[in-house]
Amino acid sequence: MSYIQIPTPLRKFTQNQASFETNAQTVGQSLHELVTQYPDLGKHLHDAAQKLKPFIRVYLGEEDIQYLQAEATPVPENAVISIIPAIAGG
Amino acid sequence: MPEARKTMTNHAVFSFPDECVGFIFGVETGQKRIVTRAIQTCNVKEGDKRRRFQISPLSYMKAEKYALQHGLTLLGIYHSHPLHPAVPSEHDLKQAVPYFSYPIISVTADNIQAIRSWQLGESGEFAEEILEPFEAPTAITSSLAIHTPSIH
Repeated sequence: MSYIQIPTPLRKFTQNQASFETNAQTVGQSLHELVTQYPDLGKHLHDAAQKLKPFIRVYLGEEDIQYLQAEATPVPENAVISIIPAIAGG
Repeated sequence: MPEARKTMTNHAVFSFPDECVGFIFGVETGQKRIVTRAIQTCNVKEGDKRRRFQISPLSYMKAEKYALQHGLTLLGIYHSHPLHPAVPSEHDLKQAVPYFSYPIISVTADNIQAIRSWQLGESGEFAEEILEPFEAPTAITSSLAIHTPSIH
């Protein structure tokens, strides 16, 4: 079992749930399970080509999956996957 | 809100002429948002911090964790506009995240000019919101800012 942490701005698409449990083996499969459960969340995470949107970061623990194996990154037991919106402005 | 307001304004003056940035936490009751705490974080934008801000993903992750641990909601992101009005810039609009409140602090070297808060609407435009009545602009001493808790 591992957990996906949902950022506050996206919780309206997860019935206000902050965390989602999954038994998937990779980060990509975990996100797929999440979006299957909450389809309205999908368009906020992925573009038309089903790639993660540029303003969305996904971390496994404290590591950016971009520097691991991206969505193919294996998920250890009890790991925490965090969806993080890029925060910037001027 | 008074303590949160003090944190934001102190941070804005202390960071001048750069933009400051931080998190606001609180509760939502119906349509009303009550800000109970503001916590500063680092502006990690590379380059000109006088006109841009950026928060590291790890700081953001810690802020979400802090909210869950304290039974609060991460309500939004505050930042300052040194020598500019407390209205969202075009860059703010491009980067804005729906749901979040965006208090903006207009600041000079030693004075707060205004604080106004904004939220992205369904139409993709910013609309001003009232988090709580703000006090009149006040001069703030920057030395207070070093005692403020932070998330980095």
